[in-house]
Amino acid sequence: MAAGRTGAYDEMFAPGQEARESYSEVADALRKLSLADVSARADSMARTFLDRGVTFDFAGEERPFPLDIVPRVIPADEWTVLEKGVAQRVRALEAFLNDVYDKMNVVADGVIPRQLVTTSAHFHRQVHGFEPAGGVRVHISGIDVVRDAAGTFRVLEDNVRVPSGVSYVLENRRAMAKGLPEAFGQQLIRPVEEYPRRLLSALRKTAPAGVDDPTVVVLTPGVFNSAYFEHTLLAGLMGVELVEGRDLICRGNRVYMRTTAGEQRVDVIYKRIDDEFLDPLQFRSDSMLGCPGLVNAARAGGVTIANAVGNGVADDKLVYSYVPDLIRYYLSEEPVIANVDTYRLEEKEAREYVLDNLSELVVKPVDGSGGKGLVIGPDASHDELDALRQRVIADPRGWIAQPVLQLSTVPTLGGDKFGPRHVDLRPFAVNDGDDVWVLPGGLTRVALKEGSLIVNSSQGGGSKDTWVLAGSPQVPVETLPRPTINIRERVSVWPVESNWRDRQSEQQQ
Amino acid sequence: MLSRIAESLFWIGRYVERADGTARILDVHLERLNHLPMDERRRVAQELLAVMGARPQSEDFGLPELLHALAYDKTSATSIAGSLGAARENARRARETVSSGLWESLNTTYYGLSQHRKDVVGTYRFCNWTLERTAMVSGLADTTVSHDESWLFLVLGRSLERADMTARMLSTRDVLSAGMSWVNMLRCAGAYESFLRTRRAAFGDQHAAEFLLLDRLFPRSIVYALRDADECLAKLDPSAQRVGFINDARRIVGQARTFLEFHRTDDLMSELPEHMERVQKAVAQASDAISRKYFNQADELAWVGEVS
Repeated sequence: MAAGRTGAYDEMFAPGQEARESYSEVADALRKLSLADVSARADSMARTFLDRGVTFDFAGEERPFPLDIVPRVIPADEWTVLEKGVAQRVRALEAFLNDVYDKMNVVADGVIPRQLVTTSAHFHRQVHGFEPAGGVRVHISGIDVVRDAAGTFRVLEDNVRVPSGVSYVLENRRAMAKGLPEAFGQQLIRPVEEYPRRLLSALRKTAPAGVDDPTVVVLTPGVFNSAYFEHTLLAGLMGVELVEGRDLICRGNRVYMRTTAGEQRVDVIYKRIDDEFLDPLQFRSDSMLGCPGLVNAARAGGVTIANAVGNGVADDKLVYSYVPDLIRYYLSEEPVIANVDTYRLEEKEAREYVLDNLSELVVKPVDGSGGKGLVIGPDASHDELDALRQRVIADPRGWIAQPVLQLSTVPTLGGDKFGPRHVDLRPFAVNDGDDVWVLPGGLTRVALKEGSLIVNSSQGGGSKDTWVLAGSPQVPVETLPRPTINIRERVSVWPVESNWRDRQSEQQQ
Repeated sequence: MLSRIAESLFWIGRYVERADGTARILDVHLERLNHLPMDERRRVAQELLAVMGARPQSEDFGLPELLHALAYDKTSATSIAGSLGAARENARRARETVSSGLWESLNTTYYGLSQHRKDVVGTYRFCNWTLERTAMVSGLADTTVSHDESWLFLVLGRSLERADMTARMLSTRDVLSAGMSWVNMLRCAGAYESFLRTRRAAFGDQHAAEFLLLDRLFPRSIVYALRDADECLAKLDPSAQRVGFINDARRIVGQARTFLEFHRTDDLMSELPEHMERVQKAVAQASDAISRKYFNQADELAWVGEVS
């Protein structure tokens, strides 16, 4: 299996075409398979996804989420650093959100300009001045990480509103166990199936005070949402109800759901709806997806909403550029994972530099997600750059610029041959108020088009299973000897004489 | 459980059974239709469609149009493809509640719908395939879903639709001028062997009709299906154990069943169309009553103002 080289860091091959140590089992397994075998397995994996309905909704059509057969492998030592960095970031963002919706000390102390916070599109005054029930704001987060050409991990963006993709992590592992069993071999891969249990326990732990046995629900916008599959999977694996806005009703600052046995109190809502659609009384009054009164109920402490309303201000890409400062300010620690260098376009010098070098930079809108509105300078036409220039000058607050990163690559099956494709990584963290737990691995997204740097599923991206190798074998030591299993030789059968004919002939002889 | 989910389950039960019933009826009638002269064939095709509860789209309605309307039309709730598509869509909406086995069998069925030849011979195969798939779905529902409320709604939908389907099946007998032979009718319901074993070889039309209508042990007979529905309703609403108001749905289903059971059957054959219409009406009313009682609460967003 040969993979071409680009300037990017390759996760599988060290310079000189030698497979890295972490990839030795995968390389062995793939070497033993013919290309036809690999293709057949990839096809069967795709078929399984379609049958199981592992799809995302794209323009009203259900599409399977392409899973590549070559996994992304992260060695134990690298993961330890990533895990620490992600948890640190989540703790800092949690502190930041608590602060901006309260006293704004961070502004008073001059770490971040007040105007920056108040002009953020997702800074919601409706939720100012109260601590959410349970005391946690960032229950679930997805911190996007990339590896640059030098092999250093950097944080690309933070997602603390409704990070999605964890369902594919769970499904990918199941599919890979059947699709490429050889590669699991003798190495220990850290399991991912704990996630729903961890999530449920964090959600229950952050229930409003005084509730003994909290009822948790997942709130979905409905079957047409692109992540609907994920909502059903998580609700199913947690064993809780998946509700739509019309199933809920708020009364006396408490939330109830309509069941066949009447109304039942809801204590914790895992919300998978954007804030703007959550509560027509507070946000968009034309929203049919939410439930009127939810924000009031949350303010009164009658219900926990996860993630808390208003978290979007921490996702703002301009706030992102301050996160290293926030980590120093709130935690008195140095950031474990660095940011990507970012130009703040409100600063005059930076803006002039960026406008002069648009064709070599990536320019992103501050509140975009899913790669929406992003312009990659080297790929853009002259007209596109001109249009972009006008928009940046008109609204410098709305954009940031970053150098074009050569994201690291992993060999990927495309058509009938392998080639390097760019990947990123979204580790998922669950915060229960006491502890931030990071799911080992996360979602590796891959740009299936050769040379493309855009990994979003809506723009031709796929995914890879992400394996975190366990450093030391974590096989539980058995203290008691196993009882030996008795072989029960008596098996009940219907007494059919299948060979009576033979015997008859014997007798006749 | 959530009202919305209960409604989805009820309709999964109904749609799967409808696909099954339609496949059985289509399979048996295709055979007959092929032997008829052209004009007759067109008339019978239209009447058959009417019995199944649909109106022909155009004047020129013949055999190919009938196949499309009853088997392959994905937009119509009376066709096999439409029913299976609707069942799958309901399962998609209740996916976290149903077992993955049940969901996957419906999903795979849905993707298999378009892989059939749409001529007469292909339709025989399609009908058989449908029977296999629906049997698989029901089997998985029985063995992989807890027999709690959710399963009761599934079975409730299935039983009501089964009563309705058997009634329609019996009504189709009259659309052929020569009349459908009762042997074919029994085969259509999968009841032929059971019937022979019960009645031995000595039987007349009367007995066959009785069997499909009134047999208390054959699961596809109308009385059996209605009794199943009644049992589900009783378990869903245990409050009415003793004296007092029995909910609408139970009353309607119970009345329909007892009317059949305690009716003198001497003149059954001549009254058959009337009986069948009564059964279908009762099923529709019961379905409405169930949806009023259990599902109707989630129509739209509602805000109950705060009381201070």
